[in-house]
Amino acid sequence: MRRVAIVGVGVSKFGYRPDVSLPELAWEAVKEALDDARLDAKDVEAYVVGNVGGWSSEPLPAVVVGEYCGLAPSSGIRVEAACASGSSAVRTAYHMVASGEADIVMAMGVEKMNESPTPTVVEFIGRAGNYFWEFENFGLTFPGYYALHATAYMNKYGATEADLCEVAVKNHYYGSLNPKAQFQKPITVEECLKSKYVAWPLKLYDSSPITDGSAAVILAGEEVAKKITDTPVWIKAIGAANGTSNLSKREDFAGLEAARLAAQRAYRRAGIDPSEPVKHLDVAEVHDCFTIAEIMAYEDLGFAKRGEGYKLAREKQTYIGGVIPVNLSGGLKAKGHPIGATGVAMIAELTRQLRQEVERGRQAPIRKGMALAHNVGGTGHYAFVTVLSL
Amino acid sequence: MSTVVEKLREYLDRAEAEQIRQLDQLVAATGLPVYRDPKTGALIWVDVRELRLRFQLSVNRIAKFVEGLSQERLYYTVCRRCGAKYFPPQADCPRCKSSDMEWREASREGELVTWTVINVKPASFAHNKDYVVGIVKMPDGFNVTAWIDADPSTLRPGMRLRLFVGKRPGENYITYWFRPV
Repeated sequence: MRRVAIVGVGVSKFGYRPDVSLPELAWEAVKEALDDARLDAKDVEAYVVGNVGGWSSEPLPAVVVGEYCGLAPSSGIRVEAACASGSSAVRTAYHMVASGEADIVMAMGVEKMNESPTPTVVEFIGRAGNYFWEFENFGLTFPGYYALHATAYMNKYGATEADLCEVAVKNHYYGSLNPKAQFQKPITVEECLKSKYVAWPLKLYDSSPITDGSAAVILAGEEVAKKITDTPVWIKAIGAANGTSNLSKREDFAGLEAARLAAQRAYRRAGIDPSEPVKHLDVAEVHDCFTIAEIMAYEDLGFAKRGEGYKLAREKQTYIGGVIPVNLSGGLKAKGHPIGATGVAMIAELTRQLRQEVERGRQAPIRKGMALAHNVGGTGHYAFVTVLSL
Repeated sequence: MSTVVEKLREYLDRAEAEQIRQLDQLVAATGLPVYRDPKTGALIWVDVRELRLRFQLSVNRIAKFVEGLSQERLYYTVCRRCGAKYFPPQADCPRCKSSDMEWREASREGELVTWTVINVKPASFAHNKDYVVGIVKMPDGFNVTAWIDADPSTLRPGMRLRLFVGKRPGENYITYWFRPV
């Protein structure tokens, strides 16, 4: 396996995007990534598209995007790992380059969730567990699955709804500094607490929105990467794991086992001390599809001890200047969560963080030169932890 | 007495009736299913080809489970070779690669592990009032996900719940749920 670098990144404006079709939306990120790497579409030897779909009209997104963006006849595939489809695209592209099969590969994600009305989208993501045993008879929703974890976590450790809201307040604050974020306004804990329940104990302001968006990253082998850019960002390690489809089969609801395993695997490969990972990292993007998910992520990643993740939120330790800054992009919560694009957008954001080129007020101080992305698919059904380094 | 099948179809048709009428009028008047999005002014083509999905799921190898429902019983499987227990019931045991399974009836009481109230509902459950979904630990050695027929403010972790199998009121098909003991 050879070293693999990120040499170009692009992210579309996230949000409600009826102004563009799916391939037009993909092009926004693809063009930005190609420009960033000073490459043309024809230089890309293969491409991998993270897309979940169902709510959008194109059943073969990799084909449609490949034609529109001028990537065909290079080989392209679509991959699915639910909300972690983007990370699975990055991982597949990484393997293509690391193995020596290709020198330049693009990983992208694109999702147009607003092609369907909200109840249909709620239906589709509610079916993302074990269809027959969780949805057909019991109508669980995506917030509902995380709410099962939230209820258990809060009962076990005494975290409150206000603690969860602290995560939303932080992520909206950083989202307000990110021009590509879906939500551009800071919120208060009081506003969050007053918002309506979507799946008790989770409220609207605990939840990431329905989002259209795309992201792309270009990966290159070491020799080629050094010719393309003076500031390659290396993929140091990727850890991946899966959880049970039925939540009823989980041993513990106060965390996500798959995320814990993915972190252990990534830390081992990256040489990160699992007892104190924050010592090695400047910044992290974690999967905050719901506020409870970010709190569980702090613990699953070892940023906090078991049962103490909510204290990091309460004590504002995940802002810049705290123990470790988390989700300076605004996270899924405020930047938006275009399912298949999210994991790629995390890698694009961390690449720009490590290059120290994000907007003022949300740039992490880069001292150790390492960053971490934690991307969960479904409710801990898939987990990917990706470590980047300068 | 209509069941969930007809009830849901009627509900969805009613919810979409106005939209369908407007779309039809738009096509009749302009020859195109095209309008400007009121929020952004973006030009939108509304799909004229509706896709309705209703899947055909095989329960052939877990027929005993289905039979159990009609007898108001909940069945799980136990691997005859290694003793692994499965709920949802599995016809195959990946642990020892055996498919020789014994069907056993689940106990009638369990303990509440965690729960939620579904306030914002999927389209196909939108005809229901807010419902409580919980995960219940059974003494048989597995958990069961199901609705909990109770005021959610009275629920506590570890509380005893009783399993019921029967026709769900309002939807009139057989499923299972829990109620506080």
